[in-house]
Amino acid sequence: MSEYVIEMLNITKEFPGIKANDNITLQLKKGEVHALLGENGAGKSTLMSVLFGLYQPEKGCIKKNGEVVKIQNPNDANALNIGMVHQHFKLVEVFTVLDNIILGVEPNQMGFLKKTEARQKVMELSEKYGLKVDPDARIEDISVGMQQRVEILKMLYRDNEILIFDEPTAVLTPQEIDELMEIMRCFTKEGKSILFITHKLNEIMAVADRCTVLRKGKYIGTVEIQDTTKEELSKMMVGREVNFKVEKKKQKLRDTILKVEHVTVASKFHKNNAVKDVSFEVKGGEIVCLAGIEGNGQTEFVSALTGLEKMAEGKITLCKKDISHISIRERSKSGISHIPEDRHKHGLVLDYTLEENMILQEYWKPEFQNHGFMKRKAIREYAKRLIQQFDVRSGQGVSTIVRSMSGGNQQKAIIAREIEKKPELLVAVQPTRGLDVGAIEYIHKQLVAQRDAGKGVLLVSLELDEVMNVSDRILVMYEGEIVGEFDPKQTTTEELGLYMSGGKRQHGKAKEGA
Amino acid sequence: MNKTKNFLTSQSFVSCMASFLSILFGLLFGLILLFLFNSEFALRGFNKMIATGIGSSDKLAKVLYQAAPLIMTGLSVGFAFKTGLFNIGATGQYTIGAFCALTAVIQFQMPWYIGLLAAVIGGALWGAIPGICKAFFNVNEVITAIMFNWIGMFLVNLLISNMPKMIANYWAGPQSDRTASLAVANPSGMIPKAGLDKLMGSNYMNISIFMVILIAVLVYLVLQKTTFGYELKACGYNRNASEYAGINAKKNIVLSMVISGALAGIGGGIYYLSGTAQYNLVKSLLAAGFNGIPVALLASSNPVGTIFSGLFISYIQVGGDAMQPEFAKETIDIIISVIIYLSAFSLLIQEIIRKFIKADKGNVNAEQQNEQPKKGNRK
Repeated sequence: MSEYVIEMLNITKEFPGIKANDNITLQLKKGEVHALLGENGAGKSTLMSVLFGLYQPEKGCIKKNGEVVKIQNPNDANALNIGMVHQHFKLVEVFTVLDNIILGVEPNQMGFLKKTEARQKVMELSEKYGLKVDPDARIEDISVGMQQRVEILKMLYRDNEILIFDEPTAVLTPQEIDELMEIMRCFTKEGKSILFITHKLNEIMAVADRCTVLRKGKYIGTVEIQDTTKEELSKMMVGREVNFKVEKKKQKLRDTILKVEHVTVASKFHKNNAVKDVSFEVKGGEIVCLAGIEGNGQTEFVSALTGLEKMAEGKITLCKKDISHISIRERSKSGISHIPEDRHKHGLVLDYTLEENMILQEYWKPEFQNHGFMKRKAIREYAKRLIQQFDVRSGQGVSTIVRSMSGGNQQKAIIAREIEKKPELLVAVQPTRGLDVGAIEYIHKQLVAQRDAGKGVLLVSLELDEVMNVSDRILVMYEGEIVGEFDPKQTTTEELGLYMSGGKRQHGKAKEGA
Repeated sequence: MNKTKNFLTSQSFVSCMASFLSILFGLLFGLILLFLFNSEFALRGFNKMIATGIGSSDKLAKVLYQAAPLIMTGLSVGFAFKTGLFNIGATGQYTIGAFCALTAVIQFQMPWYIGLLAAVIGGALWGAIPGICKAFFNVNEVITAIMFNWIGMFLVNLLISNMPKMIANYWAGPQSDRTASLAVANPSGMIPKAGLDKLMGSNYMNISIFMVILIAVLVYLVLQKTTFGYELKACGYNRNASEYAGINAKKNIVLSMVISGALAGIGGGIYYLSGTAQYNLVKSLLAAGFNGIPVALLASSNPVGTIFSGLFISYIQVGGDAMQPEFAKETIDIIISVIIYLSAFSLLIQEIIRKFIKADKGNVNAEQQNEQPKKGNRK
């Protein structure tokens, strides 16, 4: 028998205009955690889709236990005991946890469901691995972390031996991440093999045994984790040295740009207000970070600030102009740029080309239209300049349909568009979510460049590393209120964590301006 | 090699190819049906169906005459599709458009262009209502539009039967269940023929097909070249993102339905102002509106493509009519429906073509691999 459970040998997969995988080899040993590392668009997802039967490679073969297998579709993959937790969960929202787990392999007798057995098996698995779930809760009612457990249980229920985790930690809180790592270790002890796709180097160092690195569709190498360092991995991944520390010039504070007074926003989901009486200021030349665990009112606050939602009470002033009740377009004209939280839902029209997306905020300006007719040439030149300046990569240049671009490049496109608008205030909501270190470094540099140019930056982030590294001032939001204000130089992630989870709060409201 | 490959995989080639193939499949299936219904006349019938349209100039005139309103309803449905809405109310808007046009020229003795203007306004109004319901109350436009199809039709019947001047027998015509013939009631209400009727030897021929082509090109320009079209499509593709970009999505939904309705309304106007059609007080929805849906689908909602798909469907209908009496009217309708139905499969066939081209490529690679492990890639 072969040493490897799964081997993907010399895989090549082409898409129009791009070689997503170019002669890539990946060998997974039994009982190891094997990390697959690469920038966005490096070809990780394509490779996994090949393994899962969603794509057929042009060249190369897949072996299981040394024998060549053909995987035509996900069912074949399932039959070979390969299971995958996708980055975006594949769950039926209105079904219960149990229903989701057995979906597709329902135990039945003459077409009648036999749920009792299924429930027993699920409960056993859940107990054995410490994956606590309520089998009768509906997916839409449970947290993201819990949903992920359901996905993991789904794989276990199918007796999968090879488990693929596609960026599993992107949506989890620090505590949940620790738990997940523990569960992974537990799996490998039982002889299961894990493929762990990520670009978070800390996690790889913590949990993986070996790591395969891809860059721009090419195979760079496979290394033993114990023989390598974080710096070396990131160099392999990006192809150059990466600076983890954000370089910032000395702060030069200017006039107040944004003033938020007693803003209250009603919640769509419950009777309480999502944002309660929030007041603060952002001055020119500073990056203010709104930190907090997901779902504590940050999204709603930003919606109210940018005009996507109405606020119940309060006043927002931008550069001495009251913008509390003006339209989104007017706010944008007044100098707000917004890098939205969900780039697919809000940030881009995915079926438009890159150039059409580049002018999404400004198509109405005289530079781009003449009496209602679009100036195609001017638009093209503008877009070409932007993608060059901001290094946005795509298969067919400015006429690429944005849907076909990688997440990192989509995000870069949004950032290019929003920064090129020359805003007074840049609102960036989780701008680095799901991006690799190279892209993160780049985006942080752009945010700092705005700050150094004397603009105001409001950063909403869930990543504590980012919060500590980038910001000049931290406001912690908990249950719709600002519960503390900190100087990143004088606080620790542990302290922030306490405030974020509601364990502590500063008395009285955070002082404005600091 | 590379160029041909690029051409073969280009979007426009694949979608054109798919439309042609699906039409071909439809015709083949129609032939099989003909054999099933009446094998003796099958081949002759088939020949009639596909050859009648170009057999004589008067038949060609009929094709053009029937195509004009079809293209208009196709444009209407396609325009709404492009902006993310499903306008199933084209038939209602068409009916209202027809009514407004006829009222203007018969009741008020206006010239034909005023009639068409009235048709535009009527259709636009009937399209606006589902649009407003969708934009402001989030009521699905399909439901509202279906209701307004029936409301429109019965309203028109009710109004016409209470307007004696509109009815044929007021003008010494024999029937009391249809509107007056324009030749009697108001010759200036007819769309000009500009000598085309004599040229083609057919009373059906007038300038409407040219107006329609002009409108189709106009719609194309609006969608592709203007900021207005950019906004409309952005709302259609992603309403959230267009709101984020400061586009007034509600306004655009309403406008989109208004324009869509106006296009269908013109269709009704054009058909009934030709002078050769009279509005019948029937109790069923007019098929012309619904036929716009396959016309739009067949053209993948492309306004210029709609011209051709409209002509095709009209062509098949004229050919079908010529198949009587060997085939019953109903049989012909079934066959035409099957052809149209299969024609609408173009999306599916697009996928198949792509797979086919890809599979071809895959085989080449597999062979290469077996014989010589690595030959320079074919980029």
